[in-house]
Amino acid sequence: MDGFPVLELKGISKSFHGVMANSGVDFKLKKGEIHALLGENGAGKSTLMNMICGLLQPDRGEIFIQGNRRKIQNPKIAIQLGVGMIHQHFMIVPGFTSLENIILGSEPVTRMAIDFRKARKQIAALSDQYGFSIDPDAVTEDLPVGIQQRVEIFKALYRKVGILILDEPTAVLTPQETEDLFRVMRRLARKSVSIIFITHKLREVMQIADSITVMQRGAIKGVLSPGETDEQSLARMMIGREINMISNDRSAGAGRTVFEASGLSVNSSRGFEAVSDVSFCVREGEIVGIAGIQGNGQMELSEAIAGLREIASGNIILSGKVMPALHPRKMMENGLAHIPEDRLKYGLVLPFSIAENQILCTYYRNPFARFMWRNRKAMLNNSRELMDRFDIRAGGPEESVKTLSGGNQQKVIISREFSRNSIFLLANQPTRGLDVGSIEYVHRQMLTLRDKGAGILLISSELDEILSLADSILVIYRGRLISMAGKEGADRASLGLMMTRGLEREK
Amino acid sequence: MMAVSRLRPGARGEMLCVFLWISVTACIVCSYWISPVVTVAVLSSALRQSTPLVLGAMCGLLSERSGVMNIGIEGQMLMAAFWGFLMHVWTGSLMMGVISGLAAGAFAGFLFAWMSVSMKMDQIIAGTIINILAVGLTGFFYPTGMSSAGKLKIYSVPLLSEIPLAGPVLFRMSPIVFLTICIVFLLHYCLFYSRWGLRTRATGEHPKAAATMGISVVKLRYGNIMIGGCIAGLAGAFLSLESVGVFERGMTNGRGFIALAVMIFGKWTPIGAWGAALLFGLSMSVQTQLQFDRVLSLPHQFTGMLPYLITIIVLAIFIRRNRPPASLGVSCERE
Amino acid sequence: MILLLRSFLVPAGSVLLAFLTGGILLFLSGSHPVEAYIALFQGAFGDLSSISRTLEKATPLIMNGLAIAFALKAGLFNIGAQGQFLFGAFAAAVAGFYVQAIPSVFHIPLAIFAGMTAGGIYGLVQGALKAFSGAHEVITGIMCNYIAINMTDYLVNHPFRDRSPGNIVARTPQILDTSRFPDVAGIPLGFIAAIIAAILVWWIVRYAVFGFEIRVVGSGINAARYSGVRIRSVLMGTMLISGALAGLGGAVETQGVVHRFQPGFNTGLGFEGITIALLGRVHPLGIIPAAILIGAMKAGAGMMQFSAGVENEIIDVIQALILFFVTADVILQKMLPGIKWAEGERLSLSTGWGGNS
Repeated sequence: MDGFPVLELKGISKSFHGVMANSGVDFKLKKGEIHALLGENGAGKSTLMNMICGLLQPDRGEIFIQGNRRKIQNPKIAIQLGVGMIHQHFMIVPGFTSLENIILGSEPVTRMAIDFRKARKQIAALSDQYGFSIDPDAVTEDLPVGIQQRVEIFKALYRKVGILILDEPTAVLTPQETEDLFRVMRRLARKSVSIIFITHKLREVMQIADSITVMQRGAIKGVLSPGETDEQSLARMMIGREINMISNDRSAGAGRTVFEASGLSVNSSRGFEAVSDVSFCVREGEIVGIAGIQGNGQMELSEAIAGLREIASGNIILSGKVMPALHPRKMMENGLAHIPEDRLKYGLVLPFSIAENQILCTYYRNPFARFMWRNRKAMLNNSRELMDRFDIRAGGPEESVKTLSGGNQQKVIISREFSRNSIFLLANQPTRGLDVGSIEYVHRQMLTLRDKGAGILLISSELDEILSLADSILVIYRGRLISMAGKEGADRASLGLMMTRGLEREK
Repeated sequence: MMAVSRLRPGARGEMLCVFLWISVTACIVCSYWISPVVTVAVLSSALRQSTPLVLGAMCGLLSERSGVMNIGIEGQMLMAAFWGFLMHVWTGSLMMGVISGLAAGAFAGFLFAWMSVSMKMDQIIAGTIINILAVGLTGFFYPTGMSSAGKLKIYSVPLLSEIPLAGPVLFRMSPIVFLTICIVFLLHYCLFYSRWGLRTRATGEHPKAAATMGISVVKLRYGNIMIGGCIAGLAGAFLSLESVGVFERGMTNGRGFIALAVMIFGKWTPIGAWGAALLFGLSMSVQTQLQFDRVLSLPHQFTGMLPYLITIIVLAIFIRRNRPPASLGVSCERE
Repeated sequence: MILLLRSFLVPAGSVLLAFLTGGILLFLSGSHPVEAYIALFQGAFGDLSSISRTLEKATPLIMNGLAIAFALKAGLFNIGAQGQFLFGAFAAAVAGFYVQAIPSVFHIPLAIFAGMTAGGIYGLVQGALKAFSGAHEVITGIMCNYIAINMTDYLVNHPFRDRSPGNIVARTPQILDTSRFPDVAGIPLGFIAAIIAAILVWWIVRYAVFGFEIRVVGSGINAARYSGVRIRSVLMGTMLISGALAGLGGAVETQGVVHRFQPGFNTGLGFEGITIALLGRVHPLGIIPAAILIGAMKAGAGMMQFSAGVENEIIDVIQALILFFVTADVILQKMLPGIKWAEGERLSLSTGWGGNS
């Protein structure tokens, strides 16, 4: 039994448009183990896993399942072979109930219709077997992320999964939810489900993995067990060099208030109150961090501040002036800089050139426009200067941003926003999906901006980011700001607790 | 207890519909009390006028529920009307005519599916190509001076057609109108209770999720669009073989687009779309009757404009309130 | 230069393929394709008068192609250009016969202005519908076309009917000589106006601040919102200009060719405009050759019917095929894998029914 690989990959290679995503990857998964696959963003982890679950085909190499060589041409075959994958972006139909989501694709049927009664029984049986449950009739889009993830796990179990792949499952979870997930994972492993756990978080790897495979630039760097290594050496293996964690060790100078929200309430697109009666202020030379699990009103809050969403009640005050709602340009003209959450959707016009993206917010002003006409020369000069100053690596100002890497795209946004002499920066998830080097860069730029005297509001679901950068920390939970902790009073555990349960505990 | 998800017809806003229908029914009963002959005539005409719209809406619904925006319904109808009529004249058989109409619609659907699903062309452009192609092909191959050998016959269900009011309206009608009602209910049941329906709705909302669960998005979309093509073909056959009796150039007159508004008004559900189309048909036939009785006297151009105006108004008001399938218009990439 | 050549490859290839496929269709229907195409070519470019007919046919096509291409830059599919064209033609006719006793120098621009205003306002209505309700412009546009057809039909039947004795047709009176277009050095003035319009549109898109805003809205509507572009104004402004271009096309047709308004002419223009806009790669200057090609097909169709006995409608079929091959450039690239293709702008129009704008 022991040592027999349920899954073995031999010499897997895959490239996209000439870019190598995986080259000659060998990988072994033992029965009932939790195997961590560790690597940076873009190291090729997801590509590798997509080949195992039939979404992609390898260019070269072989896949063995239970010792037999298999070709996994489509997800259906993968499911039949007992491979289940839980993607980073959940593959859940938002308007469906949990039950409908679970049975989708393997529905039990009577002659004409779906046999919901039978499905219900099967799910109840699974609950008993694995010792955790879900509400089959809840509409999934209303469920918290942690529960949605559970629905995903049920989907896999319903298909009698033998090899479960979890792609960055903790990225959207709070520490407490992560603990819950780990408990579930251990239970599954005991019931001899083999688990591949993709992550870039070292702490979690050390905590849960039975063995660790480290990937870098599409290739395997090493296979270890947690006993024989530590976080530092894993980090070195993963990144290929030493990293110096940036942290904010300077205490904030209490400057003038640059931004203030008073009694702010904002409705979500679906009509309910997403942000309720929120008040806070940001001072010159200060970074205020808002921590919270995704979907607790951060998006609505930041959109309202940026002038992209209607305000139900309350005021936004920027450098002493009350700002009108739904007027992004006025906000920018009064000193707002904004790094939006979704840089591809909001921050950039993808088919446009770097130069054009860099004047996206100032195109109508001198020197980029005179009367009704644009000044292309000014635009190109501006772009050359910014590319130099912000170290944007690209062919030239006229290159389309579509072809840039994620890090360089973020640099384009930063070059645009930071060059406007703004006094207040709204940064929503500024490092999501970036590699370590780019994260470092973004953090350094933010600190520089802060040191120049700007106030910064940092909204992030990465607790580490908040803890290392923020001068003072707020937690958002169900649309309310529930704590105003100084940096000293905050630690992971208490913040995590507040992120999941609000103030319940303290009451 | 059945699980009811948000993508099924729910109770929200249905009160208004119920109220609307109760008042319409009350009006019908009143008018039947005053003048039975006219009422029956108006209602039958409403049912007939709504038929191509219902069928068109079903065609649109099938492809939109699986995530493909279909504005080529007009073209599919036109090709079917043409080909159905042609085959009818050549073979002399109405049955052959209808069947060829269905085949033509399905073929047009296949072409649309190939462009929008396989070639990943923009769906609006793919639909536009179908529409232009239909105008061109039917015009090019149209043999002038062809006359038909008759229309589809009215069929009366014995006994049932003797019921006052409901009898002559519902049980004395042509086969395609009757078939349409069957299709509506069958489709409604299948869409919300069958395995195919669940998969279709999942594909329309989140094609990637469906794909990871082993559902072939491409096959499903092809299937749905082609079945939809058949249904649009039936609408075409209705126009050339039943309603008018001959093929005329551009005879669909925008019905394929009105059908889309009907589908949206009906919140992408078959029964909802049916109700919307009936309201539409009713307003048309009442207006015709009023015109006929000289209660109203508008130039015919204004009455001709009416359906288009209503369509615009319906679209403008209801497009935001009714929630379309989430992945509409986005061609599914498997990375 | 090589880049320019490359960007011609896809359109040229698709035209070729479309004609090939059309030829097969002709062959199947029992005609001689080569003969038909030769007749088509002779009818379009055979002599001076046929060339001038080609230019005449191309003129409204350029305007419509421009109208659609311009709207496409903002991500709008102005299929309603046909209705805007009709109103433009009608308004120019009314200005042409109603306003009397003013010299040509004022009368011609006045009629043009009337046409552009009528088309522009009708376009603006559709733009406002899109901006405020989010209803998809393709459906509302087609509905507006039907309304325009009915409306102009009513207008020429009742208030503006030509009441001269002996006239039994529903049409307006002839426009006055003072509002008719003269030829400039043998080239119809309308064609020259169309070329100028194309250059102007190109200039606006490339160098005007408004042009930049249009492109931002068209290429990334969320980024447009983020950067503070007033999307509603841009959508409406775009449709106003697009409608005015279509209306100008109508005015040119009235003043240069038909000299009155008669319902039922040029009904397919909306669709032709789409083919032309996409064949011209949505580039204002690319529209001109594309429109001349389609114009030539229309001009030569009569000759083709006369000497080869081929139905006019084959032109529509070939057009649909061109449109197909142009948009499905993937096919071309698969058939000829060795060639480096210029990257065209990927169009995305079907972004759902557009509940939020």
